[in-house]
Amino acid sequence: MKSAVIVFPGSNREPDAARAIRLAGGDDPVMVWHTETELPAVDLVMVPGGFAHGDYLRAGAIAARSPIMRAVADHAGRGGYVLGVCNGFQVLTEARLLPGALMRNAGLTFVCRPVRLKVEQTTAFTTQYQRGTVVTYPTAHHDGNYRADDETIARLEGEGRVVLRYVDNPNGSANDIAGILNDGGNVLGMMPHPENAVEPLLGSTDGLPLFQSIVTSAEAGEATPPRRPLLDRLINRNVPPGA
Amino acid sequence: MKARVTITLKPGVLDPQGKAIEGALASLGFADVNSARQGKVIDLDLAATDEAAAREEVGRMCEALLANTVVERYDIAILS
Repeated sequence: MKSAVIVFPGSNREPDAARAIRLAGGDDPVMVWHTETELPAVDLVMVPGGFAHGDYLRAGAIAARSPIMRAVADHAGRGGYVLGVCNGFQVLTEARLLPGALMRNAGLTFVCRPVRLKVEQTTAFTTQYQRGTVVTYPTAHHDGNYRADDETIARLEGEGRVVLRYVDNPNGSANDIAGILNDGGNVLGMMPHPENAVEPLLGSTDGLPLFQSIVTSAEAGEATPPRRPLLDRLINRNVPPGA
Repeated sequence: MKARVTITLKPGVLDPQGKAIEGALASLGFADVNSARQGKVIDLDLAATDEAAAREEVGRMCEALLANTVVERYDIAILS
């Protein structure tokens, strides 16, 4: 699997992201600076954690308007995989590649500890997990409180796009949401750090299957996502009974 | 021309910082505060001389960057 990791001024998890991708069997990722306007031909674009542009204005706001983000949006529009973790998730919501927003943690404190998460859905990003499995990833964020209007939350839930859910909500996120998918099923954002749970020395290997899932999906050529819930629903509605 | 953009959270959006301010005011004995909401102010010094044009341009800035209209709303005041 070929991948790119986007680097902004203030990113700090890009080496961890690259290491996780390599450990999962992906090729060495290309590190792409935020001022670039084009991406190399890749299966996965990862937007890593950190504090891009110092989180000034709003977390991820300035990074989301970087020149490279237009290329990331084009990649996503073609069905390419995009994974945003922590600050990367904030960047993807600010770039409107994912719905909703990440607000200040409800408890106002920076949350920096391992959290348990339930893998709610089988997606291109989670094929290597049994649905319903509880995994432990580290978290490290101040603005991880996922918020969206009621209609958006209902749509995410109804379409099976809440991929990861906190077992013990650390930040006040609506519906305990920790990670969501776009409507195409090819863009995933999450606050916890799977890339920091990929080898025993780190205390958990629970994050490795996530990267292995992406490698497997990319190598199976699933450039377009496997599930299209809205379309499926429309098609099913038009099927006469007994047909 | 100077413009002031005031950005506030939309009604109904949880504001933990506002809640903390409420709590701090209550602990100082200000018992009659029903609620507090925190926002931000951005002052812009613009080359524009036409107020209507300036207002429109600042509106575009708000939509493009200054406010996240998923959770925030903005108000533009032309100061001088």
